[in-house]
Amino acid sequence: MVVDPAEIQLRTERVSAYFHGKAAVREATLVFPRNTVTAIIGPSGCGKSTFLRCLNRMHEMTPGASVTGQVFLDGHDIYAPDVNPIQLRKRVGMVFQRPAPFPTMSVAENVAAGLRVNGNVKRTEVSTIVERALRGAALWEEVNDRLDKSALALSGGQQQRLCIARAIAPSPDVILLDEPTSALDPISTQRIEELVQDLKEHYTVVIVTHNMQQAARVSDYTAFFYMGELVETGLTEKLFTRPAEERTEAYITGRFG
Amino acid sequence: MTRRRGRRRLVSRIMTGATVLAAILAVLPLFVIFADLVIKGVSSVNLDFLVKNPAPPGVPGGGVANAIVGTMIIVGLGALIGLPIGIGAGVYLAEYGSSRFGNTVRFIADVLNGTPSIVVGIFVWTWLVRPLGTFSALAGAVSLAVLTIPMVTRTTEEMVRLVPNSLREAALALGYTRWRTSVTIIIRTAWPGIMTGALVAVARITGETAPLLFTALGNLNFKTNVLQPMQTLSLQIYFYAIGPFPEWHRLAWGSALVLMALVLIFGITARYATRARYGR
Repeated sequence: MVVDPAEIQLRTERVSAYFHGKAAVREATLVFPRNTVTAIIGPSGCGKSTFLRCLNRMHEMTPGASVTGQVFLDGHDIYAPDVNPIQLRKRVGMVFQRPAPFPTMSVAENVAAGLRVNGNVKRTEVSTIVERALRGAALWEEVNDRLDKSALALSGGQQQRLCIARAIAPSPDVILLDEPTSALDPISTQRIEELVQDLKEHYTVVIVTHNMQQAARVSDYTAFFYMGELVETGLTEKLFTRPAEERTEAYITGRFG
Repeated sequence: MTRRRGRRRLVSRIMTGATVLAAILAVLPLFVIFADLVIKGVSSVNLDFLVKNPAPPGVPGGGVANAIVGTMIIVGLGALIGLPIGIGAGVYLAEYGSSRFGNTVRFIADVLNGTPSIVVGIFVWTWLVRPLGTFSALAGAVSLAVLTIPMVTRTTEEMVRLVPNSLREAALALGYTRWRTSVTIIIRTAWPGIMTGALVAVARITGETAPLLFTALGNLNFKTNVLQPMQTLSLQIYFYAIGPFPEWHRLAWGSALVLMALVLIFGITARYATRARYGR
C-alpha cells in the first residue's frame, strides 16, 4: 500500500501484543492515512480488538498484557518512554462495543466528561463544545431538549452516538471504534455507519467489525487479521473483490470464520 | 403430555407459593416487633420522656434524654471513625484487592465480621478503658467502629465490583487517570449502594449493647463529655429491663420504641439523601 508520507496519520511498525506472554497479535505493520476509514476484520479471537487497543495504549491496562513494536502518531512513537498514555488518549478517542454512558452524569455531562480532564477548557466554552460534539455525532436534534437528563434514558443507539460525541468532544486526531454496532438494532446500526462517513471529514477513523458488509460499506481501507497475524491490507474495494491472499478470499467468501 | 404439563404447573405453583410464604415470614417479625413496641411502649412516650433525664428509683416520671443524646454521640462518633476506614478498605479491595495482601485483608474482614460483639467490647476494654482508667463514650464509639469496619468493607467491595468494567475502560480511554476513574466514575456510580451498606451497618450498631457494657458503661446523668461514661438507649433498655420495678419495665418498652423510631427515621432520611440521582 503506497501512501504519501505526509498523509499518514497513524502507522504501526511490527506491533505484537501479548497476554501473559502469549501473543495475540504478531508483528502487525499497518498504515492509517489521514481522514480515511480503515476497517479491521477477521474471525473472533483473531486479535483485531487487541490490535486496536494497542493504538491508544489501552491494551497495557489489562493485567498481564504487554506490547512490543512501535506505533507512530504523526511521526512520534506513542510507546516512547517520554509519552504519557493519559495525554495520548486525549488525542486518540475510543468507542466500545457496548454503549457505556456514565450513569451518574447527564447527557451534557457525559459529553463534557473528557473535557474536564483536559483542564484548560473554559467553563463558558463547554456548552459550545458539547453542542458541537452532539451535532458531530448526529444526536443534537434528538437530545437538545434533555441535556440535563440522565444519559441512561436514551435508547441504545442514542447512547452509542452519545459515546461517539463524548469521544470527539476533546477534538482527538484519531477515533477508534471497537465493534460499535454489535449491540445495536439495524436502524441504529445504519445511523452509526452514516455517522462514520461524516466523522472521517475531521478525524482518522479505525473501526473493528466482525461484519464484512459493514466493512465494505464504511471503509476506504481494510485490514484482515487471522490468528493474530495481519494477513492482508489494502483498498477496501480491492480487498473484497480481488484479494491477494488465499485466506482472505476464504474468509470474505464465508468459507470460515 | 397434558398430564405432564399439569404436574409441571402444579410444581410451579407450589414453588411460587413457598417463596411468597418465605417472603412474608421474612418481613413478619418487623411488623410484630413494631406493633408490640407500639402497644407496650407508646403509653410511656410523651414529651417529658424525650426531654427529661431518668428519675431516681421510686420517683415516677423521668425520661431518656440522656440516652437519646448519648446514642447519637456514640453512634455518630463510631460511624465517623468506622465508615471512612470501611469504605476506603472496601474500595481498595475491589480496585486493587486481587493481591496477596488484598486476600489477607478480605479474610480478616470476614473473620472480624463473625466476631461476637461482646468480644470486641472486651478487646476495647483491654486496650482503651483500662489504660485510660475510665469507661468512656469514646471507648464505646471505638468498639462500634470496630464492628462497623468489616461490615462496610465487604458491602463497599461488593458494590464497587458491581460497577461494569466498561465504565472504567470508557473513562481510561477518555484520558482519565486510574485514581480519577476510581473516584469520579467508579465510586460515584457505586455510591448509593455503598451508602445503603453504611446505613445497614449504622442501624446495626445503634442497637448494640454488649460491647457498650464494657466501654461506654452507661450513665444516669446527662453527659456530653466523650471521655466519661455515657448512656445509650440500648444500655438503658438493658438496665431497665433487668431491674425489679414495673415502672422500669414500662420505661424499657418506651426506650425500645424510641430506639426503633430513631433507627427508622435515620434510615429513611439517609436513604432519601443518598438516593441515585437518576432513578431508573
